[in-house]
Amino acid sequence: MPHHLKGRVTKRGGHRPAAPSTPARLPRCPTGIQGLDEITGGGLPRGRPTLVCGGAGCGKTLFAAEFLVRGAVRYGEPGVFMSFEETEPELEANVASLGFDLAGLVGEGKLLLEHVHLERSEIHETGEYDLEGLFVRLDHAIQSIGAKRVVMDTLEALFAGLPNEAILRAELRRLFRWLKDKAVTAVITAERGRGSEQLTRHGLEEYVSDCVILLDHRVNDQIATRHLRVVKYRGALHGTNEFPFLIGDEGLSVLPVTSLGLNHTVSNERIATGIPRLDAMLGGRGFFRGSSILLTGTPGTGKTIVACNFAMAACRRGERTLFFSFEESPGQIIRNMHSIGLSLEPMVKRGWLRFHSARPSLYGLEMHLATMFKEIAKFKPEVVIVDPITSLMHSGTDYESKAMVTRLIDYLKGGQVTSLFTSLTQGGQALQHTEMAMSSLMDSWVLLQDFEGNGERNRVLYVLKARGMAHSNQIREFLISDRGVDLVDAYIGPNGVLTGSARAAQTASEKAAALAAQQESGRRKREIVRQRAALERQINGLRSEHEAGAEELRQIDEEVGTQTRQLNTERTELGRLRQADGSVSPGRLGGSKSRNGT
Amino acid sequence: MTKITAVKRRIPERSRKPKPPVDKLWQLRLYVAGQTPKSLAAFSNLKRICENHLSGQYSIEVIDLLEHPQLSKGDQILAIPTLVRKLPQPVRKIIGDLSDTERVLVGLDLRPAE
Repeated sequence: MPHHLKGRVTKRGGHRPAAPSTPARLPRCPTGIQGLDEITGGGLPRGRPTLVCGGAGCGKTLFAAEFLVRGAVRYGEPGVFMSFEETEPELEANVASLGFDLAGLVGEGKLLLEHVHLERSEIHETGEYDLEGLFVRLDHAIQSIGAKRVVMDTLEALFAGLPNEAILRAELRRLFRWLKDKAVTAVITAERGRGSEQLTRHGLEEYVSDCVILLDHRVNDQIATRHLRVVKYRGALHGTNEFPFLIGDEGLSVLPVTSLGLNHTVSNERIATGIPRLDAMLGGRGFFRGSSILLTGTPGTGKTIVACNFAMAACRRGERTLFFSFEESPGQIIRNMHSIGLSLEPMVKRGWLRFHSARPSLYGLEMHLATMFKEIAKFKPEVVIVDPITSLMHSGTDYESKAMVTRLIDYLKGGQVTSLFTSLTQGGQALQHTEMAMSSLMDSWVLLQDFEGNGERNRVLYVLKARGMAHSNQIREFLISDRGVDLVDAYIGPNGVLTGSARAAQTASEKAAALAAQQESGRRKREIVRQRAALERQINGLRSEHEAGAEELRQIDEEVGTQTRQLNTERTELGRLRQADGSVSPGRLGGSKSRNGT
Repeated sequence: MTKITAVKRRIPERSRKPKPPVDKLWQLRLYVAGQTPKSLAAFSNLKRICENHLSGQYSIEVIDLLEHPQLSKGDQILAIPTLVRKLPQPVRKIIGDLSDTERVLVGLDLRPAE
């Protein structure tokens, strides 16, 4: 124990001065298999054997063949393909489906095919032996073309062909050691073991300890998907996830999702949606170029219509648009859009718009993705529409689907392609629910919704999120007519949001109420005018009465004057007649007379 | 080294002495890779068995794959040492140092398997 410690201390002390030099990174040997080099950080460990295991038909041989072909063609590393199962012509024919011309490469001296035939019935065993013959053969093959890469497919055939397993195991151990000494990068294929605890049927993983890759082919919901997993990669960071891969007509491609960094270049340019009011809701200028847009909605809310408007707007700007349709045929979409006055046909003819329709169940998810990548690479669109992404997602498991969408979005963003995905929300689901929490991958989210009431369904639209831009918080009613689509303000009142005829009725009743109020005030005004007029008349009446009174008074006064004068006159006359003396006071006489008179 | 190279060429001189029928010639080929103990043992075992059971009716060709690696492909040689019975047909392969005489005889069809 003290000795052990002592050793450790001295070792550490010895290491210190050399520490600043960065540790040598394990050199990599690029496979040239699309995506695999991303996962493994550059390829397989150079100069070491890698074990590729998997069940029947999972693509081991094609993996190995591509590794060699790419090495020979792209990286100038000749390779030896030692096949224990297929003869040279068989092999050539089998990989011709990937577009690999083995015979041509063999002719150029870049590749060497070596079929090892092993027939147990021909072999009798007597005593000690080793597999030096195999070594000699391989060595000769490597020497003759200066090979840097070696494939042994499938080495386990030896177990079937040779009776003595003990010798075989010892020789295999020696073989892998020998391969390392030769400094060739080797791919050894092996059958998958039956149990879960064993990677290979004969435990080859015991010998190949540097890198183990597991291929898998399994069926989920009747759709087969291939998967690749780097089980082990000694001395290196690597993606440990299971990655879907596919065998296309240009070889294998692994679809890594986690290896891509988030470092897209972003654009400040905004592009119109084709629906002016929607642009207005998005700060007046539409979506960002290169952003990803999610359009969710329950069935029949007009997702495809919004998508087609978006496509049309792009085409009008002179941008190429690629429309992936997974539910309708191109003809059907074009016909249906005619009904809202959107004529897509000329755009298709002019080459601005391209449809790509496929049934989601046609093939597995990864094949769809590869097809989409290929189409996108070929057409080089500025706008990509996927309608609907949900039906595609049902062809894989949750994880796969999300990975696929992530990958697709990353790919599109990397190319500054604006993407619009429609997503179907099933009835009964929460409206703000998306498949596989897809929404977090999206920059903008527009929600289309049905409002049911008054015996009708009406569509509304609102912007749920729009990263990096001011956007309206309003719910708008989404109207579809034969002249196209329009957004109108939905009625928002004490009874909630009203749409459709309810909105119309509400507006009408409001109008009626306003009219009634107007009429009422007019009536009241007139009434008051009338009342005032009546009062005026009354006042006039009273005034005339008043004046009449005054007149009467004056007349009375006049009458009294006249009478007095008359009396005086009469008295004077009488006096004159009686010749009375003038000493008689006329007043007294007059007073008594007037009293009598009245 | 010298031991094997000495008999590398065919040795029909001796086999002609007992005048065997021409059709019953046993054409044997022994593949070795260098002068390993196993190879030497195989060669001496083979010679002994042939002398005892096929006297004068055999020819042995020894091929050292270290010198002629390209020859390994023709007879699909993996194990060393491998004895190939080219004639009579069908081709038989016996791998190992030929130390088990009984099995060699069965393998060469000189003795029926029990």
